[in-house]
Amino acid sequence: MRKRWQRRHIVEGIMKGLMLASFAVVAGSLGLILWIVVSRGLPALTWDMVSQTPKGGFYLGKEGGILNAIIGSLYLAGGGTLLALVFSLPIALYLETYLGDWRWGQYVRLALDVLWGIPSIVYGAFGFTLMLAVGMRASLLGGIFVLTLLELPIMTRAMDEVIRRMPAELEQAALALGSNRLEVATRVVTRQMLPGIVTAILLAFGRGIGDAASVLFTAGFTDRIPKSLLDPAASLPLAVFFQLGMPYPEVQQRAYASALVLTIIVLAISLGSRWISGRLSKYVLK
Amino acid sequence: MEAHIQVRNLNAFYGKTQSLKDINIEIPRRQITVIMGPSGCGKTTLLKTFNRFLELVDDTKITGEVLVDGRNIYDRDVDVTEVRKCIGLLAQRPYPLPMSIYENVAYGMHIHRMKNSRDEYRKAVRHYLEVTGLYEEVKHRLMTPATSLSIGQQQRLCLARGLAVEPEIILGDEPTSALDPISSQHIERLLLDLKQDYTIVVVTHTLRQAKRLADYVIYMYMGEVLESGPAREVFNNPRHERTRAYLEGQI
Repeated sequence: MRKRWQRRHIVEGIMKGLMLASFAVVAGSLGLILWIVVSRGLPALTWDMVSQTPKGGFYLGKEGGILNAIIGSLYLAGGGTLLALVFSLPIALYLETYLGDWRWGQYVRLALDVLWGIPSIVYGAFGFTLMLAVGMRASLLGGIFVLTLLELPIMTRAMDEVIRRMPAELEQAALALGSNRLEVATRVVTRQMLPGIVTAILLAFGRGIGDAASVLFTAGFTDRIPKSLLDPAASLPLAVFFQLGMPYPEVQQRAYASALVLTIIVLAISLGSRWISGRLSKYVLK
Repeated sequence: MEAHIQVRNLNAFYGKTQSLKDINIEIPRRQITVIMGPSGCGKTTLLKTFNRFLELVDDTKITGEVLVDGRNIYDRDVDVTEVRKCIGLLAQRPYPLPMSIYENVAYGMHIHRMKNSRDEYRKAVRHYLEVTGLYEEVKHRLMTPATSLSIGQQQRLCLARGLAVEPEIILGDEPTSALDPISSQHIERLLLDLKQDYTIVVVTHTLRQAKRLADYVIYMYMGEVLESGPAREVFNNPRHERTRAYLEGQI
């Protein structure tokens, strides 16, 4: 019988401890963030906050709410995600079905990775310049356009990775039945990939709705709910930012309430998409 | 013997290596032809030239002709999807499509628009599930995922799915190698039944399976066909020394 406290057991113990510690750091940070947002935001989160637009003197602590920002954010991120989806799904499918691992495919992937890494303020500045050039003012449309650019690389690459994990034999099974490439892509690949695609959409939506810098110049900020695509639109991250910058404690507290609303929206969409993708993955080949 | 598939001067290359060397064979109609030989001899490669699957691999080149009913499937004006509709494939491992059991069988009929009404589709799905002996096992759960079936059932589902597009030829690429003995037996029995109506070509590396199935045998070695002929002749009286060695278990 060898001794219980061998060197390799000790090493294992230390490594396990380290893993546990890093988990604790991550979980702790998340908990702390949620705690601060909830504890400071919840007292200020009234029905008025989510059901009214800012009235005169809202930013001085008078009555009103952030409905303008909630609706604005949903419009902006929703529109941006939808538009990004329209472009990224065909790009991802084309990358896989026709380019494969050819050099051109690698170039496209590299380009998308670079785009992914560009800071959102650069997208904002780029969008703003473009809008100036065509004589467009800060508007919902401008914001949606820039968020589309921001979300496109994330969504495309996330989908691309999902599609690349697709077993080649499954495609062959469909080809063997006389499918053409398009039928393989739309009827088989997409179905196998649907849960992953839903996750990719969520990921992009999460980045879109949480981003302040890109919509700062392009969508602007307003106390009104946008009535058309050419009206400026408010957004939750900017609402948090502006309120936090005010020197009044009650306004600052409302900033936390706004952050709480944003967190709840992201959480709801995250849980919802998990539920949907769980249901969809029923048919998926593991 | 009436030939269904005729292979003429067929050569295949992966990059610079030649994997099939000047193949000339004929495959009889409505019989089971078994392609055998040691591993790496080109059995599967030859099979894949019949449904034009070889071209899915990058850097392959094919010369020569594969005639099905006298028509070269490598002709420029031949629609590859029609070739594959007419020539079904049963793969080594079953890969059900990511859909329900019902949709798996209906898929091929849908893309080729072979039926006119929902009811016709339903009848056809039932028919092919019955042909493969699956219907009684799955009739209460047609809408459940195909992945919930056992591997053996999945392979029969793949067979049903292939038959549903009404092919004339069925290719089997070691179709029982991933299955348990009872499921394998099931598949073998089905193939023996199906040869009434279909031309069947099966690649196998088990000699016993070859002897159970074959009406006609092709023996391959290093990318060449050394011997082909009716099963009884080849098994009892191999003309080539290497075939004899293989049959006696020396290779």
